[in-house]
Amino acid sequence: MKVQNEVGRFGPFGGRYVPETLIPALDELSEAYEAAKGEEGFWKELGALFKDFVGRPSPLYRARRLEAEVGVGPVFLKREDLNHTGAHKINNTLGQVLLALRMGKKRIIAETGAGQHGVATATACALFGLDCVVYMGDEDVSRQALNVYRMELMGAEVRPVSSGTRTLKDATNEAIRDWVTNVRDTHYIIGSVVGPDPFPRLVRDFQAVIGQEAKEQMLEATGSLPGTVVACVGGGSNAMGIFHAFLHDPHVSLVGVEAAGEGIETQRHSASLSAGKPGVLHGSLSYLLQDEDGQVAPAHSVSAGLDYPGVGPEHSQLRDSGRARYVSVQDDEALEAFHRLARTEGIIPALETAHALAYLSRLNQDGSAPGSILVCLSGRGDKDVAHVAKLEQKSLTL
Amino acid sequence: MTSSPVSIQDCFARNREKNRGVLIPYLTAGYPNREISLELMRLVAESGGDILELGIPFSDPLADGPTIQRSSFEALEGGMTVEGTLDLLRTFRTSHDIPVVLFTYLNPVLQYGLPEFLQASTAAGAQGLLLTDLPTGADPELEGQIISSDLDLIRLVAPTTGRDRINEVAEGGSGFIYFISRTGVTGARQDLRSDLGREVAVIRQEVDLPIAIGFGISTPDQAASVAGVCEGVVVGSALINAFDEGGVSGAGAFLKGLREGMDGAPAAD
Repeated sequence: MKVQNEVGRFGPFGGRYVPETLIPALDELSEAYEAAKGEEGFWKELGALFKDFVGRPSPLYRARRLEAEVGVGPVFLKREDLNHTGAHKINNTLGQVLLALRMGKKRIIAETGAGQHGVATATACALFGLDCVVYMGDEDVSRQALNVYRMELMGAEVRPVSSGTRTLKDATNEAIRDWVTNVRDTHYIIGSVVGPDPFPRLVRDFQAVIGQEAKEQMLEATGSLPGTVVACVGGGSNAMGIFHAFLHDPHVSLVGVEAAGEGIETQRHSASLSAGKPGVLHGSLSYLLQDEDGQVAPAHSVSAGLDYPGVGPEHSQLRDSGRARYVSVQDDEALEAFHRLARTEGIIPALETAHALAYLSRLNQDGSAPGSILVCLSGRGDKDVAHVAKLEQKSLTL
Repeated sequence: MTSSPVSIQDCFARNREKNRGVLIPYLTAGYPNREISLELMRLVAESGGDILELGIPFSDPLADGPTIQRSSFEALEGGMTVEGTLDLLRTFRTSHDIPVVLFTYLNPVLQYGLPEFLQASTAAGAQGLLLTDLPTGADPELEGQIISSDLDLIRLVAPTTGRDRINEVAEGGSGFIYFISRTGVTGARQDLRSDLGREVAVIRQEVDLPIAIGFGISTPDQAASVAGVCEGVVVGSALINAFDEGGVSGAGAFLKGLREGMDGAPAAD
């Protein structure tokens, strides 16, 4: 019996827990990726797109007024928010579209929560003239109307998903159902370091450019590596992207910040690594929010992009090995950090990213010496402005 | 309990002698509620069903289409659990002896504890286990535990499974091979592919187990044509639809129609 070897596993986590119908497609994708990975031409093509289309390298920016207000520092922001389409998501979608072209697949599907990955996928498809269908929970479709229209402007079809919790988890189920049905001519561009092998390692490798650039930029700016790297974690792609370059630098501490929603004790949160236990969802074994009977528990966060009950399997391994530390911050702390960065630096961060920024205040309180701090500013907050305004209007009138 | 339950192997052997196709209806445990669910299980056994495929509902049934998604959500809302499903099975076993295959996803079983689950479901009277998100080779340790248990591990072959993988996919499988008739999720369909016979012949060259076909079968004519090329016919979503439209008696009439369709067809050699 040919068994799945250690490739595709992160310790016990990861794997390929999917219907048999998809196994040949995952094999095909693994082969295409392995072949591409070894070719200089592939990385050259992707590198050219990163430079000319995305605007990479993204800047590293020292946030001095933020440092003064929070009382920690120095704090450096890796500006993924300045990428084309406004977040790190485009790094992955361009890489995967190039793979789809190599496999001769002309139809692309994707899932999206807040719409950032959907927009990044629609963008990459428009660039190469590929058909694009994006699944989005119908709750999110109404909350993120602007991103729905963006995707449509670029020729994508957005399909609202009305099953289950009507959010990212169910959009992912529906994308997998589409893939099972149309697997022969369709590539599924998953949006984070989740899903069956090879997706977690493939998405990580396309996002690893964040950490590679940041490492060089930190050395140039400070002459040394950062003491602490901080990133928000939903599925965990921006965090894996920035952590990856530092995994073998033992003096660099890595901190992933999950969404504690209304508080871990309220059960209304998305902190899989802090409060979940290992389970299988969407093709891999990883920490998962679930009940005693193994039913997946609904997640909650003010940020639609973190509103997911699972997490990438490599994060589960980093958690258990202790190489990375995972903490969580609540909705109200994230909102406060959202305002703080806007006010002190003239940068409106995505609500997802605001979770990473909120943790800076804790670094100050816990008495440790974080050294210089590198924060992955994973996305910009334009998409969240209306949502935040509405939230605060409500709290004013209550 | 009446007599001890029939094994899946004996069930296929007996029907083979009678030149009769094996009808495998699927039900979601706890849909629409515990009592009617039990009534439907008994109905299956009494209306020509030879093996019952009993679904343990899961919150994220990504291999299932709209009908089974909905029946799963409603069963969960009604409080159905893994233990509740085994309890239904125990009650069913006080009166019926047809083989039962438990169908579910890996996570509920993992949380129950796989060794505990295998023991409890065998004790409750199950004969087989089908885990739709545990393809062959995905987790040799878990697969090994199932293979060495008293339950038959039902392996699935998909239309995308290459010929060179069929043998490998069947590894450790027993009872029967479940051949998925099309790429896609479960659900009733208007049309069936015409080349099923050829694909079944390919599987038969590689694997020495009875073959059942499922996914999309919804009419007596389809059941008859499938029974013409393989030993077993799985019908799920269409049965649930028949119940939704016509209640228990509607489901009974639907099952009898399938049975008559299949009995009119010459069974496969």
